[in-house]
Parts: sequence; structure tokens; C-alpha cells
Amino acid sequence: MKVVVDMNKCQDHGQCVFAAPDVFSLDDGGRLAYVPDPDDALRDEVEEAADVCPLQAIRIEG
Amino acid sequence: MTGRVLVAGASMGGLRAAEQLRAAGWTGAVTVVGDEPHMPYNRPPLSKEVLAGKAPFESLAFTPKAAAADVEWRLGTKAVGARLDERTVTLDDGSTLAYDGLVVATGMSPRRLRCPGPLTGRHTVRTLADARGLREALTRPGVRVVVVGAGFIGCEVAATAVGLGVREVTVVDPLPLPLVGPLGELLGRALLRRHEERGVRFALGTGVAAFAGEDRVTGVVLADGRVLAADVVVESVGSVANVAWLEGNGLDLSDGVLTDESLRAGGRPDVVAVGDVARFPNARYDGVPRRVEHWSIPADTARHAAKALVAHLLGRDREPAPFAPLPTFWSDQHDFRLQSFGAPLLGLGDIRVLDGDPDGDVVVGYHGADRLLGVVALGGPAAAAGAARYRAQLLQQPALTV
Ligand SMILES: Cc1cc2nc3c(=O)[nH]c(=O)nc-3n(C[C@H](O)[C@H](O)[C@H](O)COP(=O)(O)OP(=O)(O)OC[C@H]3O[C@@H](n4cnc5c(N)ncnc54)[C@H](O)[C@@H]3O)c2cc1C
Repeated sequence: MKVVVDMNKCQDHGQCVFAAPDVFSLDDGGRLAYVPDPDDALRDEVEEAADVCPLQAIRIEG
Repeated sequence: MTGRVLVAGASMGGLRAAEQLRAAGWTGAVTVVGDEPHMPYNRPPLSKEVLAGKAPFESLAFTPKAAAADVEWRLGTKAVGARLDERTVTLDDGSTLAYDGLVVATGMSPRRLRCPGPLTGRHTVRTLADARGLREALTRPGVRVVVVGAGFIGCEVAATAVGLGVREVTVVDPLPLPLVGPLGELLGRALLRRHEERGVRFALGTGVAAFAGEDRVTGVVLADGRVLAADVVVESVGSVANVAWLEGNGLDLSDGVLTDESLRAGGRPDVVAVGDVARFPNARYDGVPRRVEHWSIPADTARHAAKALVAHLLGRDREPAPFAPLPTFWSDQHDFRLQSFGAPLLGLGDIRVLDGDPDGDVVVGYHGADRLLGVVALGGPAAAAGAARYRAQLLQQPALTV
């Protein structure tokens, strides 16, 4: 599974971090960091993270 | 598998319901009926980025999940009646659709003011069409806008209008402070100050008596006798649930669709409600059914309702997980954000500053029954990050059941 975040859209709501803390995090400056190729076992979490992004900035491929 | 689940309402709640039906194992037909001509799209930017012209209208469409690719979308079609005993729904094209399971996701419509005066020049903000019309009106040079209602949408529209360079932006509300109903006095005062500093004017403590003008609005006549000149009026005075089509079936439709803890309506295992229209008990709190008009709720309710509905349709035993979502909302106004977790509304009686101060970044706690019930942050990213730190505490609170 590949995860792509459109950083032009991202507004640092952090909802994805609550949904999938193994994949998404906010750095000390409050900017989003993420694992672009997480394990498939995390799919449910990542799908939820994509759902809860208010900007719909998270895309899952494969 | 044969059979059909019919989803009424093709916005976020309808889309998430269709997706969650598949996720819950329903492989039969899914038909979504929606009265707007568009595929589901994201509403929050309608009063913010899209109204400001910072995001194109086209950027709002949700991307449906691959698992929902075979869902049938009947757009531009309205449900006008239902016979739940016979499991049929009537559409405005005269056809009748039979279903095995029904998802009610028809959401809300803006409440309108019933005041004398012209209709032209008066706007609401709920749909893409509304936002297009309002943007066109606000970008005409020299316009003066009066926003009626100092709630979330009213405050957002006022902020966006100032950002667009609109000459005069005035917000009218019978209450003494913006957002005082949902957030209380402390943040109400902080918001009033911030909006005024950025150029929004307020006429508070008085309502609208009438609209001035012949063919189109030229002013707003207030209950205290003042008249505010206006070329554009935005009515943001709350919303009413779209439930007329369900009448005659014995459901409690007094404020949306009353459901049980599995989002089932009227005790029927084959009818569930999701999103803004659902009035459901939240096991996290006191068990009193409430509608929650937050963006986070369509997805939460759809997931839970789809599990219950599919279990019934497939004759499966159901794991009786209580529905206990943590409500969350945000609101972007000017250069600041409100971020809320939990249920501040239940803790308005005991409001305390948890971090920071109301003139800068602040996190406010709402308490009751000896516990923290909700937190709201106001300010920049640091404030939102501060509120997020209290989220875990809110999640750990035991149920408030009395
Ligand atoms: C301008 C605006 C800004 C917002 N900003 C925020 C924000 O910043 N933060 C936040 O947390 N929340 C925000 N919200 C709230 C959030 O958008 C809603 O909670 C969410 O849209 C609810 O989705 P829903 O699918 O339940 O209902 P709706 O979005 O109301 O969708 C219902 C759909 O059903 C259709 N329909 C109605 N009746 C029928 C019928 N009889 N037959 C067929 N179709 C029908 C409607 O046309 C509509 O398309 C905002 C809402 C608006 C309007």
C-alpha cells in the first residue's frame, strides 16, 4: 500500500494522526510527517485517516 | 446475494454509508438517491476557501473508495415519500424503489427568516449552488453585507467577506456575543474582539424585524428600530432536518430522525439514519439522543449503522458495541482556528481556561459532573495542538450515565 498526502492541501488538522498514529505524525513545528509505504496490516487505520482528513488530502494507492 | 440497500441523500453521510455497507460485507445492490446534481462533495470549504476563491469548486468532490465503485448513483432525484411497512420509497420522477435496507442520510436545509420584505438579495450557505451565488454577490464592488446569525457559518462567512475586501460586513444576532450558545461567554467575548479587530461590525442583542427594499433587499430593519444598509444578506440562522419524505410512518421526526444506539429508526432493524439528520444517543455521555452537526459525525454514524444494518440483512449475530463517538469540529475564521473535542455544550456551566489566555492562543475546558466534558482551542496551530493533548483525557472519561 502506498500513501500520498497532498501537502499543498494539508492544513495540519492532525485528525489522521489520531486515526493512524503508526503512519502519521506531526513534527515539532506542527507539520505533518508520514510513512509513505506502510504495512498492509495498517490498511484499516490508513483508510480511516483518509476519511477523517477535512481537506481530503490523503490518497491510498494499491 | 440479492436485495438492495437504498441510501437517501448523496452527501458525505450517503457516501460514507455506501462505502461502509461494502466494508461490513454487503455485496448486494446499493442505490444512492440524491436531490443535488453533484456527486458527494465536502461542505466546510463553502463558507471558507471556496467562498474566498482560494479553492476551485471542482476541488470539493470526495473520491469514493474503490470498494464502492459499483454503487448506483441516482442524482438530481428526490425522495418524496416512503412506506416503511412495505419497504418502498417514492421518487419525484414518479418511480417507486423497493429496498431491503434503508439508510436515511438526507441531512439539513438552512432555516429561513420569516420576515416581511423582498426575497432577492438574500442568501444561505449549504450547497455548492448557494456558495457560487454568494461569491458572485460578495465580489461585486462596493457591496455591504449583513450576516444574520452569529453562529459558526455566520462567523465564517463574515470573516471570509472581510478577507474578500467587502466594504461593510455586519453580523446581527439576538444573543449578546457570537457563538455564545455553543461555546459560552469566555470564548464568545474573545471571538467578538478578534472579529472586530479584523473589521467585522456587530449588531448584537437584537433580531431582524423586516427587510427593506422594493424588488431587492436594500437594508435590514432590526427589532430595536435601527436600519442597516445592505446589498447582500446572508441568513445563517440554523437548519432544519430534511425528513418530510418520511412522514406517515410513525417515526419520531420532531428533530431529525430519532434512533436507538445502533442508529435504527423507530425500532426497525431495516432502517438506519446517519449524519446530521440522525438524533442518536451517545454512550459516552448521558444517553439523551441528540443531533450533532459536525463533519466527523457522518463517517462515525455510517460505520456503526452499516454494521448494524448489514448484520440484520445477512441474519448474522451482532456484536453489541455501544456507539460512543468523540465529537470533534473545527472552524476557520480570519487567521485563527477553533478546534473542539468532546461535548462543550454539556459543560457550559463550568468553563475554565486550561492553557494560555483568551487574548492569544487559548485552550478552554468545559466541565460538569466532576469531569472534563469538552475542550475548545482558539488561536493558531499551537492552540490546536494544545487541545489535542486533552483529547486522550476526554477519551478515557467513563460514561456520564446518570
Ligand atoms: C457551509 C458549511 C460549513 C461547514 N463547516 C464545518 C466545519 O468547519 N467543521 C465541521 O465540523 N463541520 C462543518 N460543517 C458541517 C458538515 O458539513 C455537515 O455536518 C455534513 O455536511 C453533514 O453531512 P450529511 O451527509 O449528514 O448531510 P448533508 O451534507 O446535509 O447532505 C444531505 C444530502 O441529502 C440531500 N437530500 C435532502 N433531502 C433529500 C431527499 N428528500 N431526497 C434526496 N436527497 C435529499 C441534500 O440535498 C444533501 O445533498 C459545515 C457545513 C456547512 C453547510
